[in-house]
Amino acid sequence: MTTTAAAPAVTTSAQEPPAPARGSARRRRRGLAPGKRLPASRLVGPTLVAVLWALASAAGQLDPGAIPAPWTVVATAGRLWGDGTLATDVLTSLERAGYGFTIGLTAGVVLALAAGLSRVGEALIDGTVQLNRAIPTLGLIPLFILWLGIGETFKIAIIAIVVYIPIYLNLHAALSGIDHRFVELAEVQGLSRVAFIRSIVIPGALPGFFVGLRLGVTGSWLSLVVLEQINATSGLGYMMFQAQNYGQTDVILVGLLIYGIFGLASDTAVRLVERRVLSWRRTLSS
Amino acid sequence: MATHAEQLTSTAPAPAVRLTGLTRSFDGRTVLDAVDLDLPAGQFTALLGHSGSGKSTLLRAIAGLDHEVAGSGGLTAPDRVSVVFQDSRLLPWRRVLDNVLLGTDGKEAEARGRAALAEVGLAGRERAWPNELSGGEAQRAALARSLVREPELLLADEPFGALDALTRIRMHALLRELWERHRPSVLLVTHDVDEAIVLADRVLVLDEGRIGLDLAIDRPHPRSYRDPLLGEYRERLLAALGVTEDHGAGDERDARQEAAR
Repeated sequence: MTTTAAAPAVTTSAQEPPAPARGSARRRRRGLAPGKRLPASRLVGPTLVAVLWALASAAGQLDPGAIPAPWTVVATAGRLWGDGTLATDVLTSLERAGYGFTIGLTAGVVLALAAGLSRVGEALIDGTVQLNRAIPTLGLIPLFILWLGIGETFKIAIIAIVVYIPIYLNLHAALSGIDHRFVELAEVQGLSRVAFIRSIVIPGALPGFFVGLRLGVTGSWLSLVVLEQINATSGLGYMMFQAQNYGQTDVILVGLLIYGIFGLASDTAVRLVERRVLSWRRTLSS
Repeated sequence: MATHAEQLTSTAPAPAVRLTGLTRSFDGRTVLDAVDLDLPAGQFTALLGHSGSGKSTLLRAIAGLDHEVAGSGGLTAPDRVSVVFQDSRLLPWRRVLDNVLLGTDGKEAEARGRAALAEVGLAGRERAWPNELSGGEAQRAALARSLVREPELLLADEPFGALDALTRIRMHALLRELWERHRPSVLLVTHDVDEAIVLADRVLVLDEGRIGLDLAIDRPHPRSYRDPLLGEYRERLLAALGVTEDHGAGDERDARQEAAR
């Protein structure tokens, strides 16, 4: 390698014209990366689906009983909002998801910190959570109804469990995966235990925490849908369940649309926070 | 060798580091075998050895990083010790200045951090993320981090091993310059004979867990790699490392070529 690199330098110093490179001028290689993002690329697909839906409805190709036209759905949403039922249902659902998520987030973080930062905590907590994780949470519904009654408490408890598990698992894995070299550095720099946790453990575990957080957010909506459809007397799921009984597909679609908006909005919110908090990572991906 | 060490200690004040019968072993294999060593305050020492000769073990013992290693023997070291590792070990989630300030606090520390960054030629990069630095810049930042603590002893574990040859030469000059200004005791662990000769005033060769050679390099600084008078030191060190003359010459040429590239 050394000799080939040295050879051209010798020829040029001997004042010969530089030999043309082997073959023709080197063409750029074909890039294998997918290239630049299209503008607003996330919206292209959904917009296309909406346009097709509207066109097919306008052309009378869709049975309005099975798939009502987009404007029917919007009109129904307006009507439901106008008479106040939709607002109540949305608020009820948001409240359940909010409480369950907050409790699950807190539990997940506290347990992961306790298990990740102390050996005693790990012995007590980790095995228990792994066991809990092996039981499908929705399978706990009958037991929780018997324990907590069919009111709000059991719903919030189920959502909290669905949320805390991915947050715990990802945060705990991130905490135990802290690079040993950084632990050594902290010792050399004479960091106190508190300073070590604050400046190395927590920031180092944040990427893993955000993975868990996004899974938890998705999980809270998923379990909400299930809970509200099997045993509820209010909420979006209840509204959709009633609509099924009366054959109101437009109301069902309104419910789905709102779930979708909630899911998208919360995921985007988490991503924005993640981007801000983990701004040091952007230099890697850009 | 023993007489030489005595000479050095008798001319200097109290040693910064004193090892007496330091023994360390991993899984029953003795890596350091009753090492006796004094490092006088303010001396620039290099420690040479093959990979696996125990030189990193010795450095980690002095740094107090060998918690779970079996061993015995006496060890005194100063309070303020800094370590420069082979990798820069900058925390990717802290900006350069905050990395330099790791483990310090107060307004006055920040001023010292900025000064240290300026000293290693990184003024203006305080707000950069470690990912944005080149390998040489990252290692400069690591040097600044070790300087901020105003160490009495600077331990460097092959700090330039991961750098390209040109950057390495620049870093050599920088390290020597920093040492001349701050005068900490330095123990530089390396496997590069030339690096040891150019930088250090005393070179130790660690062989099978013992100090096999203790050589004072008595040449003025800055030293050049091409200084023919350093050749004699190089030969003695290579011999102590068990590299034969022919081999040594070949290695040397390779090293030159690499440096020229």
